[in-house]
Amino acid sequence: MTALPRWADVILLPVLNVVLAFLVGGLIVLAVGQNPIEAVGIMLYGAFGYGSGFGYTLYYTTDFIFAGLAVSLAYHAGLFNIGPEGQAYVGGLGVILIGLALNGTHWAIVFPLMIVCGALFGAAWAFIPGYLQAKRGSHVVITTILFNFIAASMMGYIISRILKPAGVNSDESAPLEAITRVPQLRSFIELFRNSPVNLTFFLAIAALIFVYWLIWRTKFGYAVRALGNNPVAANYAGISNQKMIMIVMALAGAFAAMVAVNNVGGVQGRLILNFVNGAGFVGIAVAFMGRGHPVGVGLSALLFGILYQGGQELAFQMPGITREMIVTIQALVILFTGAMGDMLRGPLGRIFTQPDPVAGGK
Amino acid sequence: MTSLNPENAQRPEGAAAAPLAIELIGINKHFGPVHANRDIHLAVRRGTVHGIVGENGAGKSTLMSILYGFYTADSGEIRVNGAPQTITDSRHALALGIGMVHQHFMLVDNFTVLENVVLGAEDSALLRPTLNKARDQLKALARDYGLEVDPDAIIENLSVGQQQRVEILKALYRGAETLILDEPTGVLTPAEADHLFRILGKLREEGKTIILITHKLREIMAITDEVSVMRQGAMVQTLKTAETSPEQLAELMVGRRVLLRVEKGPANPGDVLLDVENLIVTDDFKVPRVKNISFQVRAGEIVGIAGVAGNGQSELLESIAGMRDQLGGTIRVNGRPLSLAGDDGAARARLAGLAHVPEDRLRMGLVTNFAAWENAILGYQDKYGDGPGLDIAKARDVAGEYMKKFDVRPANLDLKTSNFSGGNQQKIVLAREMERDPDVLIVGQPTRGVDIGAIEFIHNQIIKMRDAGKAILLVSVELDEIRSLADRILVMFDGHIVGEADPASADETELGLLMTGSHPDRAVTEPGMLPEHETPAQQTMVQMSPKDNSGRETN
Repeated sequence: MTALPRWADVILLPVLNVVLAFLVGGLIVLAVGQNPIEAVGIMLYGAFGYGSGFGYTLYYTTDFIFAGLAVSLAYHAGLFNIGPEGQAYVGGLGVILIGLALNGTHWAIVFPLMIVCGALFGAAWAFIPGYLQAKRGSHVVITTILFNFIAASMMGYIISRILKPAGVNSDESAPLEAITRVPQLRSFIELFRNSPVNLTFFLAIAALIFVYWLIWRTKFGYAVRALGNNPVAANYAGISNQKMIMIVMALAGAFAAMVAVNNVGGVQGRLILNFVNGAGFVGIAVAFMGRGHPVGVGLSALLFGILYQGGQELAFQMPGITREMIVTIQALVILFTGAMGDMLRGPLGRIFTQPDPVAGGK
Repeated sequence: MTSLNPENAQRPEGAAAAPLAIELIGINKHFGPVHANRDIHLAVRRGTVHGIVGENGAGKSTLMSILYGFYTADSGEIRVNGAPQTITDSRHALALGIGMVHQHFMLVDNFTVLENVVLGAEDSALLRPTLNKARDQLKALARDYGLEVDPDAIIENLSVGQQQRVEILKALYRGAETLILDEPTGVLTPAEADHLFRILGKLREEGKTIILITHKLREIMAITDEVSVMRQGAMVQTLKTAETSPEQLAELMVGRRVLLRVEKGPANPGDVLLDVENLIVTDDFKVPRVKNISFQVRAGEIVGIAGVAGNGQSELLESIAGMRDQLGGTIRVNGRPLSLAGDDGAARARLAGLAHVPEDRLRMGLVTNFAAWENAILGYQDKYGDGPGLDIAKARDVAGEYMKKFDVRPANLDLKTSNFSGGNQQKIVLAREMERDPDVLIVGQPTRGVDIGAIEFIHNQIIKMRDAGKAILLVSVELDEIRSLADRILVMFDGHIVGEADPASADETELGLLMTGSHPDRAVTEPGMLPEHETPAQQTMVQMSPKDNSGRETN
């Protein structure tokens, strides 16, 4: 396969994929008799046009950044973590437990503890597939998928049978008091009026920077990348592949659990059934579209944030476009950037023909 | 590629004597900015073996790919049997009677020989008639050329040499009159290589034309009638083999004088630095590959381990380097036993003062996706930076020094390692392992796939390490390399050390017999270790070439 120039690989290819997805999406909008240009306008307005909408976009982006990092980090070690959905869900248990234990305490104390406690629960949940991969050779793709299901059942039981206070009808835990919840940005910034975006957003930005540092600036990251690129060479270099796999999976789980800090700690203030709501799976698409790089993850998380928030606005504003159609457009983006992300690589490669320096090579 | 280049000055004078099977006139091929073939003229006479030599990247493979229809030349003309042809793809080349035996075999592993031979050349939708026809033809080919292979054998059960014979049969079955062989002996044992050359001789007698691409000058001298030398995409000269010498060819290939023999003084062995005692090691499938081996390497000496690939050398190296758990035995470095349990034993081996140049740099010694500077610290990454952070500035400084000292080209710290040539990749590995000043250096296949010019440099570096008082363990399948570098030779066969020899006085035949376990004095008889075979001849065949997967490309 011909190597693309770096900028084309990192920027041009993803942009072309998104454009392609929107073109096909536009055809669908056209097919149901609506104006695609107008639809895009409504979407963008919904995502950026007014404070509340923008706030919602950032709220979704926060979730997707964490989930995307959980997938990216594992991917650098050659592990395909499909499990952020379950890891975030279990992380929610840690967040609510510390929250309820310290209910009524000021958020400035509880917020860091929520981060730590959620991270521990998410890490523990992801550590198990990591352990099974490292010591038993069970493929992490299979185990993390299964662990999503186990998490769903287990959390369903815990929420409805243990955490649900008496006299409450819906399946959810007792609520946190307002002072304990992670404060939403609207309490400092007028712009975000009714939106749920909260301090966790800044945690997400910090996480992006942290992951960049971790992967490209530390010995640990060097070992992770050596393992991901060539496990035999990592073994040769004296890196314990087993140890690395377990640590990386646990770290990935910790990042996924930050989705719970955003939702349980910052938005709902209680642990409700199935609060992750697919964000963990979107993280997979985010990670692949962002090519595992924090900058890419940040940008693609924002794109998916726009799609989610703008899509809801669109469903609301254009009666001809149903919610299902929004999901279709989101799916198209995932299809074109994830599953078929390399479709344009060949044609692009022929445009930027850059042969190997060793022309006589085999 | 229609314009005929009138300047045919580079054609050998003898070319007019016999009819030409293949004639290339003024072939040019660019890959972007790289001029891979510049105005190549080549005339191959029918019924001869024509060698093409050149360093990696000289354009040999490109030229043959053009002839075989993989690439189309930018300009120039190809004549087959005197008639100009535009070869569009390999099917077309085959129709013109040009067959190719690739360096890496193109066989379906779980098919029989017969099925592989007819694959893609079936006459009808039903397989049976084709197979019957092919069976008869294979019999005839086997009789005529000494290409005996059991047509019903499954490919994966055959030795590498036999698989290569299947490749040749495939080409002949399709009616090839001209055979192109790309580095055919790279994967063969010396005995298998001899057998191949006998087959090539037979083919030549029967009027077939053979183009042999190789970088082993000994083979050129042994089998070819004419030899063409390529350098940096250009055809330097075509010579009659009888009128040239390896020294002249090496000089033409590299463009300067090359020392083919290593110059070194006598060894001054000192203390025992590496002590291996009763070592037993298994491979990934728990099959014992190193069976109770003991030996010592002293400071200031090079101990060479000779043997046919796949007789336990890889497992021995990996075990000493800490990459593979041993089942029994002790390894001592500097007198202290190494604890190698767990999957990070390599780190402890390095701490104990051991450095390891692995047999397979791409599979093991390098992360090819890494930049050059990153690979220059692989295995020593924890020495760069005090805290969790990696001291990138320091790593880059060190990498820059390595590249300068070992003349790695291009001297670009940020170039992806896979974009370096094999020789330069190997220099990165060698620099990294040698410059850390280890007490014990274990080296596997130091010059595999490395250009002649770089081989000389690498050999000198190893000698320099020895003279600096290091203990060096060298494993190579190149007997010449072992003989010219080592101060003592240990011969390994089937996981045992079956003999020790002095390189100065050792006789090649004697060593060869030891390596194949057929030395009359020291025949290794371990019942049940080798599979049963029908005839003594087949038994010998298997003994000579145990299945070896270590040399296969894995990426």
